[in-house]
Amino acid sequence: MSDTIKWMLHFAGRVLGALTIALALAGPAAAQEKKPIKIGFSMALTGGLAGAGKAALIAMEIWRDDVNKKGGLLGRPVEFVYYDDATQPAKVPGIYSKLLDVDKVDLVVSSYGTNEIAPAMPIVMRKKLVFPSLFGLAVNDEFNYDRYFQIMPAGPRPKTDWSRGFFELALAQKPRPTTIAIVAADAEFALNAAAGARENAKKFGLKIVYDRTYPPATTDFTPIVRAIQATNPDIVYVGSYPPDSTGMVKAANEVGLKTKLFGGGMVGLQFAAIQKNLGPMLNGIVNYDFWVPEPTLRFPGVEEFLAKYKEAAKDKGVDPLGHYLPPYAYAYLEVLAQSVEAVKSLDQAKLAAHMHKTTFDTVVGKVKFGKNGEWERSRVLFVQFRDVKPDNLEQFAGPGKRVVLHPKEWKSGDIVYPYKK
Amino acid sequence: MFSFDLLANGLVAGILLGGFYAAVAIGLAITFGQLDIVNIAHPAFVIAGSYIAWILNSRLGLDPVLIGVLVAPVFFFVGAAIYRVYYAAFERTGQESLSGLAFFFGVMFIIEVALILVYGVDYRLVTTGYIGATIEIGVVGIPLRMLVPFLVASALTAGIYLYLSRTFMGRAILAVAQDRLALQLMGADPVRVKQFAFGLAIATTAIAGALLIIIGPVEPSVGRQYIGRVFAIVVLGGMGSIPGMFIAAMILGVAESLVASFMGPSWAPAIAFGLLLLTLAVRPSGLFGRQ
Repeated sequence: MSDTIKWMLHFAGRVLGALTIALALAGPAAAQEKKPIKIGFSMALTGGLAGAGKAALIAMEIWRDDVNKKGGLLGRPVEFVYYDDATQPAKVPGIYSKLLDVDKVDLVVSSYGTNEIAPAMPIVMRKKLVFPSLFGLAVNDEFNYDRYFQIMPAGPRPKTDWSRGFFELALAQKPRPTTIAIVAADAEFALNAAAGARENAKKFGLKIVYDRTYPPATTDFTPIVRAIQATNPDIVYVGSYPPDSTGMVKAANEVGLKTKLFGGGMVGLQFAAIQKNLGPMLNGIVNYDFWVPEPTLRFPGVEEFLAKYKEAAKDKGVDPLGHYLPPYAYAYLEVLAQSVEAVKSLDQAKLAAHMHKTTFDTVVGKVKFGKNGEWERSRVLFVQFRDVKPDNLEQFAGPGKRVVLHPKEWKSGDIVYPYKK
Repeated sequence: MFSFDLLANGLVAGILLGGFYAAVAIGLAITFGQLDIVNIAHPAFVIAGSYIAWILNSRLGLDPVLIGVLVAPVFFFVGAAIYRVYYAAFERTGQESLSGLAFFFGVMFIIEVALILVYGVDYRLVTTGYIGATIEIGVVGIPLRMLVPFLVASALTAGIYLYLSRTFMGRAILAVAQDRLALQLMGADPVRVKQFAFGLAIATTAIAGALLIIIGPVEPSVGRQYIGRVFAIVVLGGMGSIPGMFIAAMILGVAESLVASFMGPSWAPAIAFGLLLLTLAVRPSGLFGRQ
């Protein structure tokens, strides 16, 4: 064999080898080159709800990266198209119209919160899209849309299920409480929470001795707490947003609120920065929550997710622990992804049908939706703050500081009753 | 549900709250009331003051009030610089009414977005020994979280009032508010006087911001809640009158507190702004305004 032929064979071998390696590498790369699946949403990245909205976005990006590492959805990479709704409900319809008509997204999910979800509903309904939603209270009560799926575990009757556990817990105590004060912010979520609490109070035979709302821009809560104290209620149920929750807890401590059970629907007491600042003022308060690091709630994958979140949230000015919203922001995309993979299509009718009949395994545990798109069974946790020390963030990362009292299935300790300050 | 205890506590809480409102409004009484500059960004400067108080409190453990006082001179120079831009771009050419308003809207958004980009959107709070403590005097409980802002605001108001009424520059500021041309004819430079006054107004926001974060948590957009209230206080007080502004702040604070105690807190803004309308119907120039 001449040197030329030898050289040619050698060269051909090398080319063949290189091609084989290139083809092997091109497998996943080719999948990545496939047209991406675009998921569109609006999110509160500035404005009043931005703290939660940004934390949710971090969780969603973790999910997207996890999915893309595993080869994407239906072999296609996942891409997000999102816009800041600036916590302004009026911006939401325009954003979803743009997502659907200009960006041509394949799937949509909701922004965070009742006020931002409701304005998207008419657009989503017109296009008959499945709409996994993030923490809206009783949004579908008005729309009755059969492709709405709410990841917040409020339960099938969200307005009343939201606070039912608080009342069941109160009424199991001795001596049985007989009177209640209800106070809530003049805004969508808080008003819904208060309406549910009012219904529950009537159902359980409690006498409502104070029932008032306050404007969200209230600066000083001591006159409100004093007015509540003057009615001497056994239970005080509060529906409030983070700044008000902080003001209410501080005022309750300053006034020395004497009641047997205090808390209920206070948003903000789940956020690490507020928990750290309020410290021991929180002790004894019984409030709703959706996930806490108690041994009864160690669902598969949740701790790995939170470790990733903690890393990603560093220096981003968002909740550093991310117990409240982020696991659910990850989970509502898990639900969507599991359905897409199961029906092997983006057909909205098939996806909706699958979502209605399936029990999903997610980082927040098993999720099963009822007819109205809410969780089939409520899993609103009522936790009591215990033995909280001043100025210590890390204490909230572990168990023992927010003991789960209700529901029984997830209970991690007994109530300290009555609440006294 | 009426009781003497509730009334006494409501009154005291209202006065303390009014003191805090005065601290937030005093800078606007100078810019809007005396200089005729619609500084819609005023509450955003207050929030910037809150963030500086938070940063230095969490890193160095300094008291927020002390931080506010230390940072006020920096705010003074920032304010003076902003006025220079405003003057050169709008006031000099007589475009201050609408374009100036848009300018301060822009300043407000820039402050908000800068805070979001640098510090994120989480709620910020400070830690001091007196937050959570209460002094009991008879049936009245006085939370130090509200008393400290009241005392600081009272001192700030008294200081600004004395400065404006007793010093040469203070009188020049009052003069530029009344008759700019006359001041110019007397050999003073109205632009420099206004620049100084604007700087002084912005300096007060450093202290007001420190007081705000003592009372409750702060995030970049929370200042917007105060825009309506502080403008109402300045108008009710008589557009530029410092004692009038202080009394108007007290009226709003006491009205809010008593309504929250006896009628239900959701009525508080309606009653407070109803009082504003009623006062303006009787005295269109406000409580202490010149007729």
